[in-house]
Amino acid sequence: MTTGMTPVATPFFFYMLSGLAIGGGLLVITRRNAVHSALALIVTLLAVAGLYLMLYAPFVAAVQIMLYAGGIMLLFLFVIMQVHTERASRDRRFNRMWPLGLAASSGLLALLVSAFAKGRALFPDRMLRLPESSNTQQIATLLYGEAGKMGPYTFAFEIASLLLLAAIIGAVIMTRRKI
Amino acid sequence: MPNFIMSYLGSTLTPGEAGNQFWALIYIFIIFTGVSIAVIAMNWLERKALAHSLVRLGPTSVATQGLLQPTARAIKLALKEDIIPAEADQFVFWIAPIIGLLAAFTVYTVIPFGPSQAVSDMNIGVLFMLGVSSLGALGIVVAGWASNSHYPLIGALRSSAQMVSYEVSMGLTVVSAIMMTSMNETGTGTLSMIGIVQAQQHQSVWFIFKFFPLGLIAFVVFSIAMIAETNGAPFDMAEAESELTAGYHTEYSGLRWSLFMLAEYAAMIAVSSIAVTLWLGGWMRPFPNLLSAPAWDVVFSLFPSFTFFGLAAIAMVGVARMPAHSFLRIQRIGLAGFAAVLGFIALLLLVIAIAGRSAGRHCLAGFRDSIDYVYWFVLKVAVFMYLFIWYRATWPRYRFDQLMRIGWKVLLPISLGVLLATAVVGVIVS
Repeated sequence: MTTGMTPVATPFFFYMLSGLAIGGGLLVITRRNAVHSALALIVTLLAVAGLYLMLYAPFVAAVQIMLYAGGIMLLFLFVIMQVHTERASRDRRFNRMWPLGLAASSGLLALLVSAFAKGRALFPDRMLRLPESSNTQQIATLLYGEAGKMGPYTFAFEIASLLLLAAIIGAVIMTRRKI
Repeated sequence: MPNFIMSYLGSTLTPGEAGNQFWALIYIFIIFTGVSIAVIAMNWLERKALAHSLVRLGPTSVATQGLLQPTARAIKLALKEDIIPAEADQFVFWIAPIIGLLAAFTVYTVIPFGPSQAVSDMNIGVLFMLGVSSLGALGIVVAGWASNSHYPLIGALRSSAQMVSYEVSMGLTVVSAIMMTSMNETGTGTLSMIGIVQAQQHQSVWFIFKFFPLGLIAFVVFSIAMIAETNGAPFDMAEAESELTAGYHTEYSGLRWSLFMLAEYAAMIAVSSIAVTLWLGGWMRPFPNLLSAPAWDVVFSLFPSFTFFGLAAIAMVGVARMPAHSFLRIQRIGLAGFAAVLGFIALLLLVIAIAGRSAGRHCLAGFRDSIDYVYWFVLKVAVFMYLFIWYRATWPRYRFDQLMRIGWKVLLPISLGVLLATAVVGVIVS
């Protein structure tokens, strides 16, 4: 990377991507048609991928596009298309669970607001600015460690992958009647 | 201004690296034009090659050998009535071809036509390409759903299942190629498209030949998976016309339909470029390290101009063989003009290749090098494009259960095995 490069992380892009993400999120919960909601969710996921890029985390952004926007949303659409959306769209959208949902979402909002207010004390005050070219290597070092030593997140990473393996085997067993 | 352009021709940075928006725009424009022309050429070649392999003649009437057939077809499609079914989901129906087209062309930002001949060199180039090209499937799926009709919906469902299945083995083989980049002296691998080709140059081996036969197996698995990924025959289940009328684009017509075709062919070129970059040495000419003497440089830099001379000669033979009839006069003049244009391009390339040799002309040398890089890259991709046509003429379409069996029970175990074997061999060797 040359030093004279113009930064991509301008406020314009931040507000544009955030606007897209929030607008997409609102569309997800207000559309009656499930496929429209899924498309809006894709917009949100791609906008969040753009925000990751602005935070100098290209690897996370690429994985977000590949796994969430590409793979998982394709499966979402696959399932939604097999559901009878005509009847589902005539159903009442809000059921008796809405006070619980409201409580949960306002709790999350309170958490985010408090994190925003006390952020200076909680997080390092300067922006972590890794060179873009070493981002993937940094993630690998954190996950797998280097030179034979375990990285800070190696254990958590292995536990998570074990959990995923169990889930995959469980899914296979549930779809097959007899093994 | 000319000085500004000339200074850039000798540059060794991509526009993205240099942070130069102006040149990035020019590159984008050139790539967009080039890909569109390639799609037109591919369309003509597909008609001719398919016809000849089925012992037909193919288009013969629209200009010599039907050279203007794609143009005529494009005009027909543009003038055709654009129908949106009344029961269709209007907005989604409208946006579906655009999603496909955007995904197909966004991929081209990271394709390295040369060490500095790419719009941008991302640190995560390969991941970006795989991710964005998988978004193209969304266009197909959404189009099938929005048509609100049975056959398109079945096509869309098949397409999404197919994409998800083949993406897995595709990703695993790509990982095995990326692992090969890390096994050089520096010890760190790379995901950048330019970095991968440079690693092949550094290790003096195309990855298809590395750890023989591991690289070759990974390459073969990738080239099967990429056909399924782009809905090419014999895996074109989403548009199987014998079963589904026209599959996901049954309800589409006119310009919207042609956008789907453009996206499909652009995606084919894009995935072929990934294969060329990962396993076939990208922009490198044959034997860049073994035959590195300046004399060989001269020999190889003559290839582009000689190719165009060959094409011009073929066109001239066509002029000479045309029956002497006043009915064919316009065609004869047109083909002779085409031959003259090809010959002029060849002459221009020859002048650049020779003049770029002489000392003191930095910018011209840079220009000559770019031509060489782009030529070898495009040549390798063109072989793949011909293979796509060849497959289509050779193999009957698979059944859907056969497609799934190949994806999950054959390609996935092979690609996992190759990945493990590459890791083991790499650890032993280094």
